[in-house]
Amino acid sequence: MSIIEISNLTKYYGKSRGIIDVSLNVEEGEIFGFIGPNGAGKSTTIRLLLSLIHPTSGSARVFGKDVTAHGPEIRKDIGYLPSEVYYYEGMKVIDLLKYSASFYDCDCTQRMKELSEIMELEMNRRISDLSYGNKKKVGIVQGLLHSPRLLFLDEPTAGLDPLMQHKFFDLIRLENKRGVTVFFSSHILGEVQRLCNRVGIIREGKIAEISDIRTLQKNNYKKVRVTAEGLDAAAFDLPGISNLTVDDGTLHFFFKGDINAVLQKISGIQVTDVTIEEPTLEEIFMHYYE
Amino acid sequence: MNKHIFRHEFLTRLKSVAIWSFSLTLLIAFFFALFPVFADQAALMNEFLSRYPKELRIAFGLDRMDLSTVLGFFSFLFLFVQLCVAIQAGNYGFGLVSIEESELTADFLLSKPVSRSQVMTSKLLAAFASLTVTAGVVWLVTFVSIALFRGEREYDLGTLVMLLFSVTLFQLFFMSVGLCISLLVKRVRSVTPYSLGLGFGCYVMSAFSGIFGQVALELITPFKHFDPAYIIEHNAYDLPLVLLNLGITLAALGVSYWRYIRRDIPAVS
Repeated sequence: MSIIEISNLTKYYGKSRGIIDVSLNVEEGEIFGFIGPNGAGKSTTIRLLLSLIHPTSGSARVFGKDVTAHGPEIRKDIGYLPSEVYYYEGMKVIDLLKYSASFYDCDCTQRMKELSEIMELEMNRRISDLSYGNKKKVGIVQGLLHSPRLLFLDEPTAGLDPLMQHKFFDLIRLENKRGVTVFFSSHILGEVQRLCNRVGIIREGKIAEISDIRTLQKNNYKKVRVTAEGLDAAAFDLPGISNLTVDDGTLHFFFKGDINAVLQKISGIQVTDVTIEEPTLEEIFMHYYE
Repeated sequence: MNKHIFRHEFLTRLKSVAIWSFSLTLLIAFFFALFPVFADQAALMNEFLSRYPKELRIAFGLDRMDLSTVLGFFSFLFLFVQLCVAIQAGNYGFGLVSIEESELTADFLLSKPVSRSQVMTSKLLAAFASLTVTAGVVWLVTFVSIALFRGEREYDLGTLVMLLFSVTLFQLFFMSVGLCISLLVKRVRSVTPYSLGLGFGCYVMSAFSGIFGQVALELITPFKHFDPAYIIEHNAYDLPLVLLNLGITLAALGVSYWRYIRRDIPAVS
């Protein structure tokens, strides 16, 4: 069953664009990555699904129910971690979490303790005294404490240190193993690749591509830079190479295909430096829009 | 109605309620403590007042008040009580849902499994409960002050009760109209300028309408709907105006619900 079904969803804020004609499905139990640069419409999509904002046209269903008609019912089983976390400044962490838990029919005390231990969250501090990263931890705990069936994570790792990011990803994987569906929005390709099964790429409000993460990687360009004495650009004339430029003894190009072909070429010459890296998201977008 | 939202909202406002109630207590008690002096020198006082410009006397309703009687004196100070109450109720109304948006906590609250109308109802009831606590304090302090300082002078209890009950309708008006305006403008950044504007604006309208004679302005200002001088003079409310007041309050609430349910919650940016 599809947990999320979005069909032809469009949102305009007055005259400015939110998203245009977005259609996608998220299946039960998958981790769906939603990537795109800032302002592409990632948050707009999530906010529409939570009915924080209302669609201009089109419709969306979560758990098979229309989001505008059955908002409160749907939100019982949703956990949401916004990209920017703001809570009632005067409250203590523990009071905020209890307030949050009070909206769900469950005794979440045990789960609350577990989660805050994992995330090393101090429960007795005031929200106003917390750093941004610590507020994010509060967000993570309050988003998970009622054991939701569906999680919306909107750029969740911003503000978390690498160690915490690691713990957080483990936590999400564990939740996913228990059958929780995850909708993960990010502008960092690496973390999406680490976690997700399938990705949707959104750009300027429109879906550019929805594909399996493996296909995306297979189809993906690698960014290669080779520095060597007496380099001959013509020697790298392989199928799958594009944007080849020579700049002060350094060769830059994008490569798509079996990387071994490039490695063989490189091993044949005396190089001073080689880097092979993931193209940035922007470069992938260039590829989709060439 | 969600009891957790109600509780949270009520507790958040507790400090503000305490400060307003304390200020109103001081205002009423100290002001009314002057009553014995005024009453004893009534003739002198009334002559003194008659030397003020007529417009000024009308603006404060002094032309129709006899400061030597318990209710006459009380109605003069009641004007200031009304002004305070208007600003407090305006504050709560303007801030009711806009504070969540300006402090960016709306995302937290509205992603919970509650409907917009539940949120609104719980918040309204919580704000009304806070205002009722303040109104209760006003009642109490009024009765205590009058008992302490009236001496041998008599007054009509029914009229006083009528005057005090108008506080509640007054609060409802400013809360609802404030809420309605906050949902009609794009974004309320700070609540106080709005509530001061609304409170003083309505007061000035009422004062002007007194000076210039019967003008249509009095139809929309609650200071006219519940004119203390009128209530004491007639031992009754000005019924058409009170009904009009209730009508405005209900309309403002209706529009507020309608706007809030359809509202796009602005994202953090």
